[in-house]
Amino acid sequence: MGQFIARRLIWLIPTILVMSLLTFALMHLTPGSPLQPLAANANPLPPDAQKNLAHFWGLDKPLWQQYLIYVWKALHLNFGTSYIYRTRQVTEILRGAFPVSLELGAMAMGIAIIIGVPLGILAAVNQNGPIDYLASFLATLGVAVPNFVLSIFFIVIFVIGLHILPDTGGWKGPQDWVMPAFALGLGPLGILARYTRSSMVEVLRQDYIRTAQAKGLSETRVVIRHALKNGLIPPLTIVGPMFAAIGTGSFFVESIFRIPGMGRYFVDSMTARDYPMIMAVILLYGVFLAFMNLAVDVLYGVVDPRIRLS
Amino acid sequence: MDALDNTQPADGTLNPEVTSSSQVSILGGAAARRHRTLWRDAFNRMIQNRLALAGGVFVILIALIAIFAKWIAPYPYDKPDFAAINAFPGAPGHLLGTDEVGRDFLSRLIFGAQVSMLVGLGAQIIVFVIGVPIGAIAGYAGGKVDTLLMRFVDVMYAFPQLLFVILIMAWRGPGLTNIFVAIGITGWVTLARLTRAEFLSMRERDYVLAARAAGTPPWRLITKHMLPNALTPIIVALTFGVPQAIFTEASLSFIGVGIRPPRPSWGQMVGQYFANIQSYWFMAALPAIMIAVVMLTFTFFGDGLRDALDPRMQRR
Repeated sequence: MGQFIARRLIWLIPTILVMSLLTFALMHLTPGSPLQPLAANANPLPPDAQKNLAHFWGLDKPLWQQYLIYVWKALHLNFGTSYIYRTRQVTEILRGAFPVSLELGAMAMGIAIIIGVPLGILAAVNQNGPIDYLASFLATLGVAVPNFVLSIFFIVIFVIGLHILPDTGGWKGPQDWVMPAFALGLGPLGILARYTRSSMVEVLRQDYIRTAQAKGLSETRVVIRHALKNGLIPPLTIVGPMFAAIGTGSFFVESIFRIPGMGRYFVDSMTARDYPMIMAVILLYGVFLAFMNLAVDVLYGVVDPRIRLS
Repeated sequence: MDALDNTQPADGTLNPEVTSSSQVSILGGAAARRHRTLWRDAFNRMIQNRLALAGGVFVILIALIAIFAKWIAPYPYDKPDFAAINAFPGAPGHLLGTDEVGRDFLSRLIFGAQVSMLVGLGAQIIVFVIGVPIGAIAGYAGGKVDTLLMRFVDVMYAFPQLLFVILIMAWRGPGLTNIFVAIGITGWVTLARLTRAEFLSMRERDYVLAARAAGTPPWRLITKHMLPNALTPIIVALTFGVPQAIFTEASLSFIGVGIRPPRPSWGQMVGQYFANIQSYWFMAALPAIMIAVVMLTFTFFGDGLRDALDPRMQRR
């Protein structure tokens, strides 16, 4: 087990390096350097001043050196200064924004698990019944409709149409949490319900379930004590990547509901070409995703000892 | 049951006595007993699935609207009507209202369909062209080539896809062509994995071994013998890739790095008119509804197609 984790952690290094290299390359291919005297709207600095600036920012070094310096600084969590918020370090901004995104993601994930899994179980137990159809409808809706579209629908229905929720934005109390969390959580909810249903259907046909039923156990007991243990393994495997995906998917939801999370900063930095910020966000998500996947693989082995980690 | 008919070689080529000269007559006999192809079977199953059929009809309808947008739309997408600015749906001459410079909303929605369909379908061609050869080579060659290619695929997988797409758009700038490029570069990974898995499982099958023993060159073996057998899952994956691509385009345009205005795209309209949602809710809601409907339609259609092409996978 320890060896497995160690090997996976070592694998993370090249993955993240390639990721940073790709990001770095793309950033440098992107037109619009701060020091292009010939570009349109370029700053009319005298050549000497430009040289000094380039030297100050390390832009006069060869590219590979710049990359190495970047990696070295990133390892020390130093991503430079944001171009938009000039007085603030990227790390400092993200330190404030990441927890907000994480909270939103956790709420959405919570909704998805608390509603999605039981819905899937109920659908599997009552196959082709009304609950099954409801679950399948919700699943398709959640999977197919993008979360920013859902957000718009929620706002039009609940704020403008029905006046149930106040017209606010931000991240202060439950009235700010409800809509974004549901808009973000409905997709994962649908996927989880679908996964849970199909794996439970599979498990409920196995011999040991029939044995349990033959022993005269109540249906609830059979499902909860016997079927769930095996039936919940497949849904478990998607929870990790899903959580990471919710993080990235929250850009749109965050910018619609004006939540001061990473997503909003990312969208802003995208439009303003705030490169240090963009790179930091992408690397952060990449690392997050990789760790999530690792965590799931480890959990997988803990829950189901039959699976040999190799 | 239909699937069983299918698995039997329709023309009896397994019979060792069959020589090339007698093949013609045997094929003729097969035709006489109403030979059914995989596609015919799949089609029959497809029309029995109402939801999928409705999805299919809708897909065709939207495709037609997109193709004939120029003639269907009552106005050009960028023609302002200063006499009717911010008109609500139902205003005279503008069925679905107008936007803040008086451009006809219905026309803009119709032209938006063009973008969605172009991206949805066009991106799949790029994904197919990149993903299938890589997957096929990895699966066919195995060994070191496979390991190398699949390591690369793993790294690509670790990259949050939407972020990567956004990054590429930042590099290339907004525009339709660049959206194709961005989705193509990032989207092939899944298809390559799938194709590889199919090819790996096929490599040791008897008919592949037989073809190889008969001296079939690798290129021909891959394209004529193995690819046709891997086509079903590939088609299904491509079908599900369509709503995925539409979603990506809508997201990109929503944050303003996708389609370049004044050309309308649904995602861009949602993003742009969202600011006015309190006064003119329909401006953001209508394109949002269109995105939702198209995504649902393609999902239903894809579900149906998967069930029809591969009855073993059917949901119980």
